[in-house]
Amino acid sequence: MKITREEVQRVALLARLQLSAEEEISLTEQLDHILGYMDKLQQLDTEKVAPLAHAVDVVNAFREDRAVNKPQAEKLLANAPAREKTFIKVPKIIE
Amino acid sequence: MSLHTSTIHELSAKLKNREISSVELTESVFARIASVEDRLRSYITLCRESALAEAKRADERLKSGDDSPLLGVPIALKDIFLTDGVLTTCASKILGNFVPPYDGTAVARLKAGGAVIVGKTNMDEFAMGSSTENSAFAVTRNPWNVERVPGGSSGGSAAAVAADECIAALGTDTGGSIRQPAACCGIVGLKPTYGRVSRYGVIAFASSLDQVGPMTKDTTDCALVLEAIAGHDPADSTSVPAPVPAYAKSLDGKVKGLRAGIPKQFFIPGMQREVEQTVKDAIRKLAQEGVEIVEVSLPHTEYAVAVYYVIATAEASSNLARYDGMRYGYRAPAEDLAETYFKTRQEGFGPEVKRRIMLGTYALSAGYYDAYYLKAQKVRALIKRDFEEAFQKCDVIVGPTAPTTAFKVGAKTADPLEMYLSDIFTISVNLAGLPGLSLPCGFDSENMPIGLQIIGKHFDEATMLRLAYAYEQATEWHKKKPKLS
Repeated sequence: MKITREEVQRVALLARLQLSAEEEISLTEQLDHILGYMDKLQQLDTEKVAPLAHAVDVVNAFREDRAVNKPQAEKLLANAPAREKTFIKVPKIIE
Repeated sequence: MSLHTSTIHELSAKLKNREISSVELTESVFARIASVEDRLRSYITLCRESALAEAKRADERLKSGDDSPLLGVPIALKDIFLTDGVLTTCASKILGNFVPPYDGTAVARLKAGGAVIVGKTNMDEFAMGSSTENSAFAVTRNPWNVERVPGGSSGGSAAAVAADECIAALGTDTGGSIRQPAACCGIVGLKPTYGRVSRYGVIAFASSLDQVGPMTKDTTDCALVLEAIAGHDPADSTSVPAPVPAYAKSLDGKVKGLRAGIPKQFFIPGMQREVEQTVKDAIRKLAQEGVEIVEVSLPHTEYAVAVYYVIATAEASSNLARYDGMRYGYRAPAEDLAETYFKTRQEGFGPEVKRRIMLGTYALSAGYYDAYYLKAQKVRALIKRDFEEAFQKCDVIVGPTAPTTAFKVGAKTADPLEMYLSDIFTISVNLAGLPGLSLPCGFDSENMPIGLQIIGKHFDEATMLRLAYAYEQATEWHKKKPKLS
């Protein structure tokens, strides 16, 4: 086994996903299968290879620190799941 | 010939000499949508009213002598592109009611050029899939056979172009999501070099791999749309400040002496025989046109799918952390903050998205980072090096786009890994950041289209397009239409 149900539960906690019991079972099986396939990467000797994060070389792209977006509070607030006046309403975080 | 069946370059001439109006053309496209959309489900959202208003404005510009190439042309957008005031869902329940307050750069450039936005096309949720079956809203059908998938993730855009429900479309490609559906639906699709087109205002899946590109009825249209959307954008720090060539002008048919590398790793046991045969016939055709065929090797091809599903899911797990139910999108009713996060994400994401978030979170988690993520990044370097070495011997690389033609709806949904292997020939191109194009090169015995893939050097889309155009001039495949009456 590459991954156990307990590990699936731990990862789901990190990812903020509340999985059902059926999902935990099927994901354990599927992830095990996929991770097993990924084992083929271990066949390669990469001791002397530098990791590649981006395929095209771009150095830091600087630009002037100046706001270019027009203020559009109403359009943004219209997308909020809950609002009060000009505020986005969120669940209480302080007791 | 009906207006909606035409290409951009055919229509553009007629629009310019006032033979037709953009309003007539737009009406023709919407009439076509009305007659086929219930069978295909290419779109999530249609923008009839605003499209007709844009068409009217385009007609005014045409009257004043404006000759922008896309002026008045109806174009569809994958529902991953932010569109000011138009619902943008990414085919996810978690963005089911999201109306962006601005246009992404590619969309803004199309609009500035006078394109008419037809609507937002269906896709796999968050662009995760190869069949468009992972949409939270509908399964798009392949216009060549409605029992089959259109490919994915840009399956709605591909089906809409193939069925003449728009004149051209935009898609995005993270591991093949433009090229594979283009192959499945018998159209032209191009993934540009990473950095060629701005990703600003494109909902992020895997940021080091995502690119925006055209999906069109032929190569000339592909060049025209690419020209309109390409170029540096200060709002995307990974977009590259390189000049954009006049792609359409580079389509001169001159391919004599051009060297096409054929990687032996792109012809593997298990691929559909008719695909292999047809692609080999296409390569022979290129040779007849004067292209020099050379054998090349991409020895790490077989590792590309494994590398991709570590890197893409790792990046996705990070990108999708923003969907927390607070500022926009779906929020599940819950007792407290923690429960809100857990329930919102549990109810808002579909099964494939959850699977990939889980895989990516696992690969990045303490104790597994070196074995998976770091290892994958190192093998990614080897894959890129393969291409660099191959391009010492050739100007372009040619092979199949996908190992099979479009499969039946439901055929691969039970086995995620089998679905992932649909992208075996396209994924390495994203890992190396190269441009790739798929164009129609024939049909299998069930009359399903087959795609020929052309891969170019970094920022050399022009040579790829030149070769595709020359092939198109020598064949008729791109003119074939599905018999969807």
